[in-house]
Amino acid sequence: MKRKAWILAFALVFALSSILVGCAGNNTAGSKAKTFIYGRGADSKALDPIQVTDGESIKVAEQIFETLVKYKKENTEVEPGLAESWETSKDGLVWTFKLRQGIKFHDGTPFNAEAVAYNFNRWMDKSHPEHKGGEFPYYGYMFGGYKGDKGHVIKSVTAVDEYTVKFELNFPQGPFLSNLAMPVFGIASPTAVKKDPVQFNQNPVGTGPFKFKNWKKNDSITLEKNKDYWQKGYPKLDRLIFKSIPDNSARFTALQSGDIDMMDGLNPDDVKLVESNKQLQLFKQAGMNVAYLALNTEKKPLDHPKVRQALNHAVNKEGIIKSFYADLAVPAVNPMPDIIWGYNKEIKDYEYDLDKAKQLLAEAGYPNGFEIEFYAMTEPRPYMPNGKKVAEYMAADFEKIGVKTKIVTYDWQTYLDRTGKGEHAMALFGWNGDNGDPDNFLYVLLDKDNTRTPDAGNIAFYKSDELHEVLIQAQRESDQSKRSELYMKAQEIIKKDAPWVPLVHATVPFAAKAGVRGFVPHPTGSLNLHEVDLK
Amino acid sequence: MASESNMVAVPSQNIPSGPPLTGGSPDKAEAIKDFLRAFLRHKSALIGSIIVLMFLLMAVIAPLITPYEYTERSQELLAPPSADHWFGTDEMGRDLFTRVVYGSRISLWVGFVAISGSIIIGSLLGLIAGFYGGWRDSLISRFFDILLAFPGILLAIAIVAMLGPGLNNALIAIAIINIPTFGRLMRSRVLSVKEEDYILAARAMGMKNSRILWKHILPNSWTPIMVQGTLGFATAVIEAAALGFLGLGAQPPEPEWGTMLSDARQYIQLAPWTMIFPGLAIMLTVLGFNLLGDGLRDLFDPRMKR
Amino acid sequence: MVKTEMLAYTIRRILMLIPVLIGMSIITFAIVHAIPGDPAKTIAGEKATPEQLQEIRESLGLDKPAYIQYFHYLGDLLRGDLGTSLITKVPISEEIGPFLAATAELTAASMLIAVFFGVNLGILSAWRQNSWWDYSAMLIALIGVSMPVFWLGLMEQWFFAQELGWFPSNGRIDARMEFEGITHFYVIDSLLRGDYAALSDVLMHLILPAAALGTIPMAIIARMTRSSMLEVMRSDYIRTARAKGLSEFWVIYKHTLKNACIPVLTVVGLQLGLLLGGAVLTETIFSWPGVGRYIYDAINSRNYPVIQSGILVLATIFVVINLIVDLLYAWIDPRIQYGKE
Repeated sequence: MKRKAWILAFALVFALSSILVGCAGNNTAGSKAKTFIYGRGADSKALDPIQVTDGESIKVAEQIFETLVKYKKENTEVEPGLAESWETSKDGLVWTFKLRQGIKFHDGTPFNAEAVAYNFNRWMDKSHPEHKGGEFPYYGYMFGGYKGDKGHVIKSVTAVDEYTVKFELNFPQGPFLSNLAMPVFGIASPTAVKKDPVQFNQNPVGTGPFKFKNWKKNDSITLEKNKDYWQKGYPKLDRLIFKSIPDNSARFTALQSGDIDMMDGLNPDDVKLVESNKQLQLFKQAGMNVAYLALNTEKKPLDHPKVRQALNHAVNKEGIIKSFYADLAVPAVNPMPDIIWGYNKEIKDYEYDLDKAKQLLAEAGYPNGFEIEFYAMTEPRPYMPNGKKVAEYMAADFEKIGVKTKIVTYDWQTYLDRTGKGEHAMALFGWNGDNGDPDNFLYVLLDKDNTRTPDAGNIAFYKSDELHEVLIQAQRESDQSKRSELYMKAQEIIKKDAPWVPLVHATVPFAAKAGVRGFVPHPTGSLNLHEVDLK
Repeated sequence: MASESNMVAVPSQNIPSGPPLTGGSPDKAEAIKDFLRAFLRHKSALIGSIIVLMFLLMAVIAPLITPYEYTERSQELLAPPSADHWFGTDEMGRDLFTRVVYGSRISLWVGFVAISGSIIIGSLLGLIAGFYGGWRDSLISRFFDILLAFPGILLAIAIVAMLGPGLNNALIAIAIINIPTFGRLMRSRVLSVKEEDYILAARAMGMKNSRILWKHILPNSWTPIMVQGTLGFATAVIEAAALGFLGLGAQPPEPEWGTMLSDARQYIQLAPWTMIFPGLAIMLTVLGFNLLGDGLRDLFDPRMKR
Repeated sequence: MVKTEMLAYTIRRILMLIPVLIGMSIITFAIVHAIPGDPAKTIAGEKATPEQLQEIRESLGLDKPAYIQYFHYLGDLLRGDLGTSLITKVPISEEIGPFLAATAELTAASMLIAVFFGVNLGILSAWRQNSWWDYSAMLIALIGVSMPVFWLGLMEQWFFAQELGWFPSNGRIDARMEFEGITHFYVIDSLLRGDYAALSDVLMHLILPAAALGTIPMAIIARMTRSSMLEVMRSDYIRTARAKGLSEFWVIYKHTLKNACIPVLTVVGLQLGLLLGGAVLTETIFSWPGVGRYIYDAINSRNYPVIQSGILVLATIFVVINLIVDLLYAWIDPRIQYGKE
């Protein structure tokens, strides 16, 4: 027995020492490449941009892929991207794009009109052989469904010649060009897609400033400089790494210790630490977002407008901003932020006044209040860093006017499902603008068209014909000043009916090392990293 | 395994290993007195019981000793410990001392209910397996093997993933994962007691099974179950806090310690006290039950090992 | 003769594993099937198209009666098919490798820490029984046993990574290192390349999470070592050795440690379950890309196939390691009775 114990011990020691001694190999370290590490909260789900709906996937995909047109660096105006110019017919039904010449996909195949047509046909046609690898949800959202659907906007996309592509529409769409600029419509290499349409979302090939190198799941995605990028002199970085560190404060620690160069999802409270630290710098972007409390107008007693107004009076927005946003937010009055054209500045908010709230409740026939379920999201969102806590905070005030709440939480997917089906009475929610058009807020979130379950966008289930008329009129109008007027009116209607308690428009903070140059945060949350450099 | 680590040797004759304490009352009173004397001499049992009693007391009189409501907000957000707020405040300005004190209610409640549940179900299954043997035994023993094949907290996570997050579901999960511990213990006790002469005699005299169970086997199995129950309490408190920490247990605004810790992660740099105190509370509670359990084990049966 | 007994014992133990493994697969199978309502809908979300739902029903076999579904599931498992992640659409058996390696590396490091410190702490207190050494070592062990691993992890992160800045706070390696996994055990990989800069970086990343995860087993091992050391030290054999004039230190190391190693080995085996379970918590705190976090993320995104297979894989590893420990135990000490469980 003793001998066996010794044999075992020797075996262990041998195994350990062989690990420690190891074999000689090449030392790969020592290259002076400029590596930039971007820390974020979660891993990507897929890298084929058309398949993704989550911000973490888009962040990476938009470094690899480019769109025909794109947003300007600081705002949501549209400028040339892969297309250098375009023209539209008078009736708005035909759009012709001239493409830039000499661009190559990362796999060396040429970018041309055929490639553009191929991508759009793959997306719109559910019977397309390569309509695979996942769903293409954003195509449906932005262009009214898919080929064959009643509301489908795009009739056809054809290559006129090598560098000219023609879009024919079924009917005009006000925000058509803005939609095309969304990063989800990045053009993929047809050769690579055809090779394996399912695996393409793991091995993406586009024309962008960076090309895909490898993906360590749940850990990091490494991109490399595209040396043949068509914008000469860019990108500045040799390597771009997206590293997921789920916890906000752990990510911030990693930034302080220099493990990463830049991060998003900064805790609002940590902002002061960034500002006081000379090694770090802060970037802020007034977000194109809104956080709100949706009041399900189909559920008693929220069907009563006075009850909804009473709740509006019972929310201390300043207090919420101080406690959870560290002052990095502005109180929301309207459903969209004032950085979007068409914002109605004349509207005054319901002031925080508990007595008035009580009085309104009494008028509505609830002098003693009522009990109600209060849905809150658990995962941090850019517009709502801590939903659970905000709900707790609001619930305390509601209780003072007699409204007893039971806070209910679900993981994000379940949350979307349940609220989309209208199971909630009131629910915290929010929205990040996609394309900078008022329609993208008011129609998507408050029109009666979007109360269809199971995936309602209007989770207040607010069905106003008055509002619907105004919004549809604005959709089919192409003159921006006329549209702007219509949206002003829409905001008045919404204010009066109070289907929401609009809470805040959050400012999105990014923290970076002091040596990071050339970063400009974008209102849509889009990341422009090809101009970023390290000092 | 801790029996040796304790400093006071306890004479084992204090613990009757033969027929149970069902005889005349003078013997019983004497035995209890002996036990108490030994208990007070036993340091770890004493310290453990003091800690446990302290937390129990805290839970019972929580409203009397806390200056605030556990949901009450002050203007001071993330304030460091001070005379007004002994443990500081959290990000909503709530008093941490109050929340930690109220948290003891949740933790002790979860521990108690979950472990009682596991003891009842586990003992029942163990009794059946041990007493009847045969296919019942094989079936139940395999069931225990299977449950034990999963690392405990992982099985709890799986169960909560099925049932959905929440304090009650966490409680059920904790009860389930602890069943085999008690089941196996009960089974082995039953098996050893079953062969004792007096049981064989009782059987020969035609005593009914149920009577044998109630009169002899159950009372004889109580002490190890109690010891294991005390230790299991400690595990249950940690498991509940772990589930809360992962967001699968108690939901806000319940002041559950694990849930508080997961909130505190966000303020680790700005306000470490939001993290220190709830964690300390978990650790002390667990320590208390561990000490008490170790102590009881030494007192009841110095030879018994986990 | 002993050899055949050993062989028979080994075979019996392996056979006994089969019902346990089947039972485990029933439990993980039940995870999906115990979901109230339509599991396909719960998994895909309400936004799912009918085709998507059908695809999920087919891939999970939800369109057939439960017992047939179970046999399909079992068949898939036997063929090594662990299902497909609903999020990434990649087969789990392809995806899980690096996660497993990460968890194994973390667990192994924790075990090393636990055994090294645990055994030495135990020896120290047994050697100087009832001294202050003994008391403090046992106090440490006592607190260690009662330590919630997630709290310890947070405290370490706060104190050693943030306040002192001695160690990195999360991850396995500095992302700047050009480093691609071969075996995905980063310690081994860096050695295979002879990249010592990477090796030291990897080790630095390992220390905090491994220490957090290893604390409870360390404490248990310390207590175990102490009590079995004391037992051995009281034996006549050691007394004789002492009487013969061998130096005390030598006596302890050579004679007692060897005799104490069996119970310690048992404890090590038992603690692995604790480590694998604790890995979920530790990995969440230290952003360690292991199976624990893989499962945790899957729970948050209702990625049920990953929850099922992740848990099943960890549990299987646990069971197999326990088997190996039992067999080793029998091999080292043939006196144990093969007949008893």
